[in-house]
Amino acid sequence: MSVSLTGSPDPHRDVAVAASLGRRRKRADLTIAVLSWTATAIGLIFLASILVTLFIKGLGAMAPSVFTEVTKPPGSGGGLLNAIIGSLIQVGLATLIGTPIGLLVGTYLAEYARDSTFGNIVRFVSDILLSAPSILIGLFVYQLLVLPFGGFSGWAGVVALAILIIPIVVRTTEDMLSLIPNTLREAVIGLGAPKWKMIVLICWRAALSGVITGVLLGVARIAGETAPLLFTSLGNNAAQYALNAPMPSLPITIYSYAGSPFQDWIELAWAGALLITLAVLLLNIVARTLLRGIK
Amino acid sequence: MSQATTSPFAIPTAPRRRASGLGDKLFGWACVSAGGLVLLLLGGIILELFLGGLPAFKAFGLKFFWDTEWDPVKEVFGAGVSVYGTIVTALLAIILAVPMAFGVAFFLTELCPPGLRRPIGTAVELLAAVPSIIYGMWGFFVIAPLMAQHVQPFLIDTLGELPLIGALFQGPPFGTGLFTAALILAIMILPFIAATMRDVFEQVPAVFKESAYGLGSTRWEVMRGVVLPYTRLSVVGGIMLGLGRALGETMAVTFVIGNANRISSSLFGPGNTIASVVALEFGESETGSLKLASLLALGFILFLLSFVVLAVSRYMLRSRLKH
Amino acid sequence: MPPLNESPAEVPNRDGAFGGLKVRESAGLNGNIRVQVKNLDFYYGDNKALKNINFNLPDRQVTGMIGPSGCGKSTLLRVLNRMFSLYPGQRATGEVLLDERNILDDSLDINDLRAKVGMVFQKPTPFPMSIRDNIAFGVNLHERLPKAAMDERIEWALTRAALWGEVKDRLNASAMGLSGGQQQRLCIARTIAVRPEVILFDEPTSALDPISTLKVEELIDELKRDFTIAIVTHNMQQAARCADQVAFFYLGEMIEIAPAADLFTAPKEAKTQEYITGRFG
Repeated sequence: MSVSLTGSPDPHRDVAVAASLGRRRKRADLTIAVLSWTATAIGLIFLASILVTLFIKGLGAMAPSVFTEVTKPPGSGGGLLNAIIGSLIQVGLATLIGTPIGLLVGTYLAEYARDSTFGNIVRFVSDILLSAPSILIGLFVYQLLVLPFGGFSGWAGVVALAILIIPIVVRTTEDMLSLIPNTLREAVIGLGAPKWKMIVLICWRAALSGVITGVLLGVARIAGETAPLLFTSLGNNAAQYALNAPMPSLPITIYSYAGSPFQDWIELAWAGALLITLAVLLLNIVARTLLRGIK
Repeated sequence: MSQATTSPFAIPTAPRRRASGLGDKLFGWACVSAGGLVLLLLGGIILELFLGGLPAFKAFGLKFFWDTEWDPVKEVFGAGVSVYGTIVTALLAIILAVPMAFGVAFFLTELCPPGLRRPIGTAVELLAAVPSIIYGMWGFFVIAPLMAQHVQPFLIDTLGELPLIGALFQGPPFGTGLFTAALILAIMILPFIAATMRDVFEQVPAVFKESAYGLGSTRWEVMRGVVLPYTRLSVVGGIMLGLGRALGETMAVTFVIGNANRISSSLFGPGNTIASVVALEFGESETGSLKLASLLALGFILFLLSFVVLAVSRYMLRSRLKH
Repeated sequence: MPPLNESPAEVPNRDGAFGGLKVRESAGLNGNIRVQVKNLDFYYGDNKALKNINFNLPDRQVTGMIGPSGCGKSTLLRVLNRMFSLYPGQRATGEVLLDERNILDDSLDINDLRAKVGMVFQKPTPFPMSIRDNIAFGVNLHERLPKAAMDERIEWALTRAALWGEVKDRLNASAMGLSGGQQQRLCIARTIAVRPEVILFDEPTSALDPISTLKVEELIDELKRDFTIAIVTHNMQQAARCADQVAFFYLGEMIEIAPAADLFTAPKEAKTQEYITGRFG
């Protein structure tokens, strides 16, 4: 066969081979696609199952008394009022304490220590704390604030939750501050502002909505935490809100009620579960909507 | 530079204020101290767990790490059962979750109709937001009965008959046990892994994918030939992140693990994880007792496990962030 | 102050020079020197980016700085307000005298320096706040003004930046809502509100449309009555239009400095000639 100087080396395409290969490849592609659709469907079904279960069982037990009555022994009615208030107090205080610390650390990482060794170590540790088992944080605070002081307390619970929220705020703050272009910083410095004013008056302001989003997500995370509270504020069946003694909280109450053999307690547990999940999902949706507005 | 202040083009005069460097120093110190506080926290956690568990390490020595006895009466404790349970449930959760997570990520990046992409993506992310105690309750009241009535009998009859791995699928179908716990964990970590995968898949520059499509590749071939190799490190990092979370999960596992201190040969048998043991037995331990020290020692072991996994995961993920 | 010839002169067409370009006639430089740069070397790490620069900014004149990318003109500009001090690894040796004080001295109050030497950047950088607060921000760093005086200062600054008419009814609106050209004029207003002695412009119009560019150039012409101005530009025509004296930089050295008309019509150095005729750039 003479070598052709134009066109491709072998102008004859083997159509049959290509076609059979093509069929096989398309089959593989289709199979993976079907499996992926299935996997997604399964994931969505699980989510739906969780939400539906919560709604059916939770709404069934929902009544005004859930919000007006405190926890009572099985068989005597009762609600979740003290648990809800206890949670609000502990989560609120933990956020108030943890957010400024997280903000300062995030600022340190973004504005002072982009590349320093100390900064890298702090960043690493913060990332570890972000995903570390929360039960261990509870054990740590137990050793630190419960044992030496002779008792479980709301303060210990607050500290444990604060430790949990700090890495979330750190990560968000650093990410948001890193988005700010250097020209803005130079413009502020160029006017003669000292560095701290550049950060506090301009950078924080520019990063504000992003940081708020991070705080909201952090609140959503710590609001649902049970394990750390087991070793710190312990939970309480009375309407006790002083911080130097065991405090009631919604997750702990749900945990003890759900594991009990009493039907009315189990129903209240579902009501509480529905409440927590709604609050957490709402916070998440609000935060993500805000975040999309920024990006 | 003095002109009449009445002219509109004159430069107005007023005394200048003196600046000081104090603000910068104070603020800088506040930021650095906050960073130091974070380091102190981690150091404190390691220290306290170790010190708290020290009596147990002293009493039982290295044997503590694999001894399977846990007897509060005889005051003999060992981490064997819990460590086994922790590792098995976590690994099994990964085995179950990773293919599903990949499917979800592949779906979201390549197959999903554009309009549905955001709602489904949000829905998957919301799965991650559900508190673990909810997973525990749902697992106990919904999944466990399902497992007991349908899934476990089915698996016992099918996989249980096979040689070798059949031994894993035996036993009375209580519905609880290691397998159920692993399943709940898998659903919990699925959104984390899927979200990480989706994020890195989307970061692959369009040019790479387009070159592959331009050659006539199918979607799966593009994924397999271009996207996965490009994102390999981050994908593994995301999986390890999921593993790290699965290792430490407490509430989701405690309800369904069965809480028995033995290592059963079947995955359907009851067991323990470190987290579930600590959560369940803490309330019954006296302060200063050897049992409490053993629980804290277990916590220390869990911390070591998680730390290693999380550190490796972070290393793999951060290299992506540097791009 | 000697009167300036306001109307630009036409340059007769000549081979090798820019034909038809409007160039400021040599105005005769004012005798006072505002900023003196002596034997300045600048380093990015180990890389010497500026070599033995000797250069003056005459009082209340516009000094243009031109040259190809990477020649060091922006680097030199950023020495004049010690912007480089933000970044470790960047350092300058030599002397830069502002009113007889060496600004490279470590004991200098840097924030005060930057109140005296202002900078307008290539990209408009409105702060995320109202127009009024943008202007007030810089002033509040260095002065305590009662409300009436502050309002007056704001109006003055916006007027001089030729923006007052467009924003006087919406001073409390966010600055982010302004157009690109307006934002840049806001940045100029913000810079002059602090009453600097010197204003540095770093390619101030390269991100703007032609009409906004023209407005800013007119502004610079106006501002030089009261401020000493240095402007870095990669647009030679702009330098020709705006500047009284022009310095040409190449590979970190100042090749030539001369009154604008002289530099563009009769450059002394071969490299200058090659650059302005477009042989490289």
